[in-house]
Formats: sequence, structure tokens, C-alpha cells
Amino acid sequence: MSQSPPRTWDEFMEGIWRQNPVFVMVLGMCPTLAVTVSGVNALSMGVATTFVLVFSCGLISLLRKLIPKEVRIATYIVIIATFVTVVDYVIQAVSLALYDALGAFIQLIVVNCIILGRAEAHASKTPPGVAMINALGMGVGFTIGLLALGTVREIFGAGTLFGVALFGESFQPWVVMVLPPGGFFVLGSWLLFFAALERRKQRKLAEATQNA
Amino acid sequence: MNVEALAPQTTPTVAMIRTLGLLSAICGLIIVASYQGTYAAVQENKRIAIERAVFKVIPTAKSIEEYLASPEGGVTKVGAGGTASPGAVKFYAGYDATGKLAGIAAEGVAKGYADNVRILFAYDPVAGTVASFSVVASRETPGIGDKILVNKDFLANFPLEAKLSADLKTLAHEIRTVKHGSKVNPWEVDAISGATITSRAVGKAINDAAQVLLPRISPQLDKLKEKS
Amino acid sequence: MSIEIRSAPHIKGARTVEIIMRHVVWSLMPVCAFYIFQYGLSALASLVVVTGSCLATERYFVRQGGQSGDISDFSAVITGILLALSIPPGFPLWMGAVAGGVAIALGKALFGGIGYNVFNPALVGRAFVQAAFPTAIATYTPSFMPGRFYEFIPSSMALPLMQPESITEWLTLKHFDALAGATPLAKWKFDGVLANADELLTSLSGHMAVGPSPLLILICGIYLASRRFMDWRIPLAILGSAGLTAWLLFALNPDRFPNPFFMLFSGGLILGAMYMATDMATSPVTPKGMWVYGALIGLLTVIIRYYSGLPEGVMYAILLGNAATPLIEKITQPTPFGKSVLAAFGRQRKGASYPLHPGYISREDAGAVTPRKRILFDKPKKPRQES
Repeated sequence: MSQSPPRTWDEFMEGIWRQNPVFVMVLGMCPTLAVTVSGVNALSMGVATTFVLVFSCGLISLLRKLIPKEVRIATYIVIIATFVTVVDYVIQAVSLALYDALGAFIQLIVVNCIILGRAEAHASKTPPGVAMINALGMGVGFTIGLLALGTVREIFGAGTLFGVALFGESFQPWVVMVLPPGGFFVLGSWLLFFAALERRKQRKLAEATQNA
Repeated sequence: MNVEALAPQTTPTVAMIRTLGLLSAICGLIIVASYQGTYAAVQENKRIAIERAVFKVIPTAKSIEEYLASPEGGVTKVGAGGTASPGAVKFYAGYDATGKLAGIAAEGVAKGYADNVRILFAYDPVAGTVASFSVVASRETPGIGDKILVNKDFLANFPLEAKLSADLKTLAHEIRTVKHGSKVNPWEVDAISGATITSRAVGKAINDAAQVLLPRISPQLDKLKEKS
Repeated sequence: MSIEIRSAPHIKGARTVEIIMRHVVWSLMPVCAFYIFQYGLSALASLVVVTGSCLATERYFVRQGGQSGDISDFSAVITGILLALSIPPGFPLWMGAVAGGVAIALGKALFGGIGYNVFNPALVGRAFVQAAFPTAIATYTPSFMPGRFYEFIPSSMALPLMQPESITEWLTLKHFDALAGATPLAKWKFDGVLANADELLTSLSGHMAVGPSPLLILICGIYLASRRFMDWRIPLAILGSAGLTAWLLFALNPDRFPNPFFMLFSGGLILGAMYMATDMATSPVTPKGMWVYGALIGLLTVIIRYYSGLPEGVMYAILLGNAATPLIEKITQPTPFGKSVLAAFGRQRKGASYPLHPGYISREDAGAVTPRKRILFDKPKKPRQES
């Protein structure tokens, strides 16, 4: 019985659903709440974080036997900071407008707990291939989380989705949605939604076991 | 016994330094490589962004030059060798298609409702007026503070008089923001009713920047007349 | 024979939540009637839509279960009426519906229903729309407009999710200048125009852009307080502290600050003090705490009005007061009988007993003479030895 394909798929899906960084682990809230005022911002922040996550986890996993455990945190931070700097330059080269919109939150990816958490809990114990796939899953999960917030906030806050107007000229923007409280409202609503889903699932499960 | 058991687990100092050194070398290499790789594109992007902003406030401009105005009254071109003195103010000279000076653009900052409002305004040296302005960065309330860019009454404030006084040291009249509907002089800014604080910030930003910049550059205008 | 086992209290007053709430609604009726007389059809529609939205949301959450209270306890009606009275009469109806929904969902249902809410639901709804639609909520219209009973204020009828029409054209059509839509507070804040306090109080003169009449609210509030449906200490503390602060500042610099009467009768201070701050679930229960709470709200209101970018501060002041309520209650716990402040410094007395609050005793017992509580010496004096 081949164990490999399902294992890889599991590693990938872990970050997307079961251990979703935004909705399940509630990690990295600072960029989640701050930059998700529009779909484009959310997507680029997600992609930038995913890039840093995948490459730093890959490098850490590659060097895991070499890194002395006494200085591992310092090492991780150096590696993560390196890739954040790379992302910083790349975003500046791609679009200054995007760079201004994301502001300090690009540099703050360094202290995003998802990345350090993955490095410590996963990449330092697994071979590079698995670590990178897991990191990719986490990154995609984070991006999905950011998009879930970003699209809702953009639709209400500006009446657009990825810059495309949805409601025509005279749409009344809900200013609160692009302000910080809007981030909390939308995040809270999503958490409520997932909690309701979870509860329903458990009730069904309980009914099923009762019937059986 | 305990000491012996723990001994093999501790890493020797040399090994730690070696690993960290190696790692730093790798990381340094990656950073430098990406910096070099993106440098040209980043600079190009920054230039385009500045040009776009300046062209927006000086519509007739086709090319720009970046200058520094030092406190002693000298005007030096950025990137032309000269050392910038401390306290120098940056400004942009916009030139039209024939190379004639179309206007001067400079940045101004003032405290708005939420945070600093940074604006770029165009100064017309021939008429002695502030021709127009645009917002570089602001965190004003959307729907209220951002009216400064669309409100017709507010935009009608421009061109705004900004002539120097006889001694060329300050503006003849301080640029002031007055409450909506009470503008009488050409150097006053008529505030938007409901967005008074942001309107005031625009007036103050222009005034503060013009008070510093205009006395410095007006004696040097001949130097700026033609595109060098 | 069945024996029911219950914990104390075993003796209850005849007053239920529903009765209190119903009286509050009755007392609001004259205010609503005059409000509709002032602003016409739009005000009526606003009241109906906002209250309806509150009731619908309440019903939804009550049906979902896990909520205390019921739609029939009238508390959602109060929330709806207060919310409608605190937003501009020409506020787009769809935004009013959003405000009502948010008020009940976010302000009440999330906390577990009536009695569990931390903030006054009506103010939560208003704070949300204030943040979401800052332009619409600052757009007032003059009162006593000609033809107000036949046509809506044009901004009322905005399509859902769409921007309301600008009322400037409509005002010019009715021969009002564009500034007529500013509230007295906004006029003072941004243009330095001060309205007369007596005009504000009745809001009968001219076409002032004010909300419901402060005088009427004051009268209705006094009725409620006299029937003991509301504690008189809170409004008195709020108005007293706001008036005192405003008077102090006015005395210091009469050119810069308006007179205290303008402060008291403008905006929503009277409505907030009488009906919103006195919400039983969100205000302190201790008498001393009520004074502290009221004083805090009054002070904050004046500070926000004078020193912030907003013309009106009652809403945020009350919300902050609500947030501080648990803390205020904690520091103003009444001293149990036998545990006075003096006793804390002296020897510890044992065996404290708690006096029954008259409200918890049956009517017959409440009529009985309770011994007066001495302020300083709680120990009964030793009978003088005669012999």
C-alpha cells in the first residue's frame, strides 16, 4: 500500500482546512485585520507570505541537521528576514502603489507567527519536500483566509470586487468596513459561520451515532 | 553522571559560530542578489510615480527635474554632483514640450483629522499662484475628508494667490483656511462645510511649504527657466 | 402535593420587565408624535422601519434559541424607537433597517439577549451606522418643512445599498439655503453660530434642524422617574455634570465656549440622559455608582463636543459609560451593615447583616418603618443609664 500520495495530500490540506491559520489557529491577526481592505491587497499579502513561508521552511528544513538547537530561533529569524527582504524588493519592483498599500506589513511578515510557528513545529523536523508542501498548504490557507476577509470588506466598503464595480455609480460605501472595526466585524462573522458549521457537523454526528 | 549524559548534547561554540556564519553568508548573498536584480526596476518605478504625481498637478509639463533649495538660497539639481546642505527642501520643476518652465511642484504636510495629510501642490511662478494640488498620502475618513479632491467649491479655491512680500522673506499674505462661504481674498481657502479640518490641513500644508520654499527659489527663477 | 424547591428571592415585586418596558414605550409616544409632527412622513416611516427591523431581528434570534427574553417584552420596541429618534429624520430607510438589525444582533443577541447586553443596543446600532455612513448621519433637514405630510424627504427613499440623493437641490427648491440642514451643534462647531437655548428647548421656532423636542423628552422622562420606572439619579447626574463642566468652561472663556444651556439642550443630550443612559441592564445598580456613572457621561459628552472633531458626543460618552459600568459597580458597593469605612480602620466587626432593600419586600412590609441608617456611627448608642 503506497503511503506517499495521501500523506503529501494530507500535508497540503492541513493548512487549508483542518489547521487553517486564520480561521482555526487564529494566527497572524495583525496583517489579517490590517491589510484586508481590498481583494487585491489580501491576495498580494497572501502570496508574499506564502513565498516567505515556502522558501524559509525549505531552507530551514534543508539545514535542520546543521542548526544547533541553542541558536535555532535566531537562525530561523535570520532566514525568514532574508526572504522577507527579497519579497520587499520584488514588490517594490512590481508596483509601488501596491507597496504603499501594504505599507509596513510586508516587513512585519518577519514576525508573523505562522512562519516561525511552522519553522519550529514542522520544518525543523521534516525533510525539505514535505516541509515545503506543508508550508505551501499553510500559505494557501492563509491566502484563502485573507481573501475571505478582503473580498467581503471590498464589496461592502467600496462596492467593487478586485477593482470591478459591482453595483454601479451610486453605490453607498460602508465606510466602517474599510476602517479597522470592519476587519473585526468581518473576521468575527466568519468565525461565527465556521463555528456554526462545526456545531452542525457535531450534531449530525451525534444523531448518526444515536441511530446506530 | 548527569554531567556526562548532558555533555554530548551541547554544541561546541565553534560549531555554532560556524553554522551562523555560513547561514549569514547564504542569506547575505540572497539579499544582495535580489537587491541588485530589482534595483533598476525599483528606481524606474519610483521615477514614474513621481513623474505621474507631478504631471497631475502641472498638466502642461512633459518632463521634470528634481531640485533642492538650501536655506542659504541656493538651488541645486539633484544628482548633479553638488552636496545638499542640511535643511534643504526638495522640489520638482516641470518643463513643457519646448523645454520652458511650466510650473514648480513641492510637497507640503499638515495634521489632518486622522493623521498627517501629505499633498503635492503646483506653484506657477509667472502668476504667483498655487495652481492646483493633489494628495500624496492621507488617512482621512473616506466620504468626508476625501471631499477635498472632488468638491467643486473647494477646487474653485485654485489658483490661490501666493505672492511674496516686498522683502522677499515671507509671503505677502499668509494662506489661511476660512470657514465655508466667507472667502473674500484670493489668498484664502474656502473650507468645505463638514470637512473643515481636512480643508484646514490643505491650507496649512500649502502655507507652511510655500513660506519656506518660495523665498528661497524666487531669486533663482532664472536658473530654472530653461530645461538644463 | 408537589413541593417546588427554589432559591431566594421568594418575594417578588409586582413589576415585571414587560410592565416597565411597556411604560417606557407609552412615555415615548408623545415624543414620537411630536417628532412626526415636526418632520412628517419621513419621520413616521423611519420610526416604523427601524422598529420593524429591530423586532424582526429580535424574533429571528429568539427563535434560534439560546436567548433570554421574548419579542413581547417590548424591549426591542424601545430600542427601535430610541434608535429612530437618534438618527436624522431623512436618514435613508434602508440604512435605518441596517442600523436596527445591527443594534439587536450585535448589541444584544450576541451577548445573550435582554439583561445580558453590555452596551445599550440602540447606541450600538447608531455607532455602527455613524461609522459606516458618516455623510448620511450628519445630514439633517429643517423641521416644519411645508408639505411634510405629503412627501418624503428625498434622501429617505434611497434604494437599498445606493447613495441617497443630495438634499441640497430639494432645499433650494423649498427656498432654504444649503446650511439649513446643519444641526445647531454642527453650526456652532464648524461655523461658530450659536442658537438660543430656549429655542432649542422647545424646537418650535423656525425651521431648526434638530431631533425630537428636548422639552417633551424632559417631561416624559420626569413622568417615568416619578412613577419609579427609571432612576432619577442618572439623568440628574448626567445633566448636572455636563451643565457644570460647560458652565465652568464658559466662565473661564465665554468667547470660545458656548453657554451651558446650549450645551444641555442641543443635540441628543436630553434624550441620551433620560432614555439611553438609564437602560437598566447597562447602568450601575448601586445608588452611588449611578452618580459616578452619570457624572462620567456628562463630563465625557462635553469633552467630546468641545475638543474632538465630532460635533456630537453623547453616543460615545454613554457607550464608554456602559463599558465602565461593571467597574463602577465594583468600587461603589454599598457598605454592608456593620462594615463602615471607620470600622475598617478600627477593629474588625463580626457578623454583618444586610438590610433588605424595600423594593424586595412585599407591599405590606415595605410600608413598615425601617430604622434610619446612621451615616457615621452604625452601632446603636448605648441607652443612657438613668439610674
